[in-house]
Amino acid sequence: MHNKLSPFLKGVLVVGFLFLYIPIVSLIVYSFNESKLVTVWGGFSTKWYVSLFNNEQIMSAVKLSIEIALASALAAVALGTIAGFVLARFKRFPGSTLFAGMMTAPMVMPEVITGLSMLLLFISMQQLVGVPTERGFFTIWVGHTTLCMAYVAVVVRSRLLEIDQSLEDAAMDLGARPLKIFFVITLPLVSQAIASGFLLSMTLSLDDLVTTAFLSGPGSTTLPQVIFSKVRLGLNPEINALASITVLVVGVVVLLANYLMLNAQRNRDKAIAAAMRESGAHS
Amino acid sequence: MVETVKQAAASAQGAPYLRIANVVKKFGDTTAVDGVDLDIRKNEIFALLGSSGCGKSTLLRMLAGMERPTSGKIILDGEDITALAPYDRPINMMFQSYALFPHMSVADNIAFGLKQDKMPKGEIDARVAEMLDLVQMRKYANRKPYQLSGGQQQRVALARSLAKRPKLLLLDEPLGALDKKLRQQTQLELVNTLEQVGVTCIMVTHDQEEAMTMATRIGIMSEGQLLQIGSPAEIYDYPNCRFTAEFIGDTNMFAGPVVVDEPDSVEIDAPELGSRIHIDHGITGPKGMQVWASIRPEDVHLDVVPQPAGPNVARGQVHDIAYLGSFSVYHVKLASGKVVKSMVAANHWHENSITPPTWGDTVYVSWRPDMPVVLTR
Repeated sequence: MHNKLSPFLKGVLVVGFLFLYIPIVSLIVYSFNESKLVTVWGGFSTKWYVSLFNNEQIMSAVKLSIEIALASALAAVALGTIAGFVLARFKRFPGSTLFAGMMTAPMVMPEVITGLSMLLLFISMQQLVGVPTERGFFTIWVGHTTLCMAYVAVVVRSRLLEIDQSLEDAAMDLGARPLKIFFVITLPLVSQAIASGFLLSMTLSLDDLVTTAFLSGPGSTTLPQVIFSKVRLGLNPEINALASITVLVVGVVVLLANYLMLNAQRNRDKAIAAAMRESGAHS
Repeated sequence: MVETVKQAAASAQGAPYLRIANVVKKFGDTTAVDGVDLDIRKNEIFALLGSSGCGKSTLLRMLAGMERPTSGKIILDGEDITALAPYDRPINMMFQSYALFPHMSVADNIAFGLKQDKMPKGEIDARVAEMLDLVQMRKYANRKPYQLSGGQQQRVALARSLAKRPKLLLLDEPLGALDKKLRQQTQLELVNTLEQVGVTCIMVTHDQEEAMTMATRIGIMSEGQLLQIGSPAEIYDYPNCRFTAEFIGDTNMFAGPVVVDEPDSVEIDAPELGSRIHIDHGITGPKGMQVWASIRPEDVHLDVVPQPAGPNVARGQVHDIAYLGSFSVYHVKLASGKVVKSMVAANHWHENSITPPTWGDTVYVSWRPDMPVVLTR
């Protein structure tokens, strides 16, 4: 090994990792704290986990957050994929520049503006046509979908631009009509991008606080809102327990995804190497 | 003119299977294809040859239906297909990148077109098996495209484009993605397969060797126009313009006016040669007309002993020698600065017991009066 690290570089590396992970580690450690005071160690206990699962306010917020995340991710994937396809594949049409700009606007617009403008829209809609009758699941869902759709569109578009367009030409040449080509050729080729767009949307929706704050009503409090309001009243070991569970779930999912992707890549490399060997043996 | 007579004779052999009539394609202000007329016979392998941007790919895409001609007609087997959508045409194409569907197996790739026609499953399986045998890929039927080498992918792409038994097969730079050694081997293999199936075929290529090896006829394209159509030999031996003469193979070109115009001979005054070029057949054209004479390097004799001054002879110095194994190309610099290339067989000097000339030696180039080809454009 030529790239042996000098003691200085090793030190910097350790400090960097400590900086990143000490807060998370201390959070997990203190979630098993007996004491009610978050900063004072009072012995090992799992009582905060028990009380967390008995806390109906938190549990219903978790349920609502997951429902909203799933619903907005689904809607965002459906709309964002179509938008990404239009951006990548359609020739210029009147208003295409405006469309491209509007599509990415939610990503760059401060969330306060998006949230406020949607709130104003919903209020005036309620006055004019009577829907939506109240702010809650529906309004949060629309807000999150708008935000997430932009990300899905960007991911899908960039994947589409990578794909050799002659694949779609070939399908057409072989007798498939445009709609069929979209479902049989294009969609399978961008399926990975759609999947990552879905996961990205879920993540964005799950921890969104600003837009949600504008669009939620009295009966609909999402998990980030609950955490935020609880922490404002003082640190609470239950939140530590909740955060530890989140870290565990995210960690497992990421590790699993990495393992699967690595495995797929390894099989692919093996197959390519085998094909090269065979063709070498032929000629 | 010799070549037009031959062309007329060739097209009289059978009614055209595909007729491209005065096809024009404009993109905004630029004209990509500029009034192409072309008749293709059944079961012929026709090559459109030209450098990149000459309009050959646009012409191919119009045949496939991916582009709509600005004007003109395309008639295939008696049917006007000009306005037909790509998915309704009895035409299939093999793409330069092969465009194999990466998420489908080899067999599914070949079956794709047949499924679009709602062919019964049993028939699809039989046809796929037949195609796999045709390209000798049966044992790879369940592989994914990325598990195949470049040559194997090319064969799958060929099988897929032949599976629907198209009336016309289009090949876009068919072997452009393969390395040189594999390409030469695959050229003949591909021609054999096409002849075995008996399909009418138009290929587009920028590789003249590929066109000469594979095609029964070649069309030379430049700036959206078809300059010349003929068999490989016709195009090489009787180019009808300077572009063709210089594009196909190598040549020495001399410009000058016609100074002697007899019914059975002409003389051209070529200032770059320093003497006249004498040609032993007449040309149609007035005296004084500016023409070009093209002489292939293999027709240029190289002598080390002084030759009598006169037409078709010039003195120069050996400027460069390219040793190419079985023959060498001598670059001879004339007094005018013009370099004349002469191809000499490797055993020529030895057989005639002459010491081969080397760099800077004075040599004489000459050619027979029946060798130059006179070009008027």
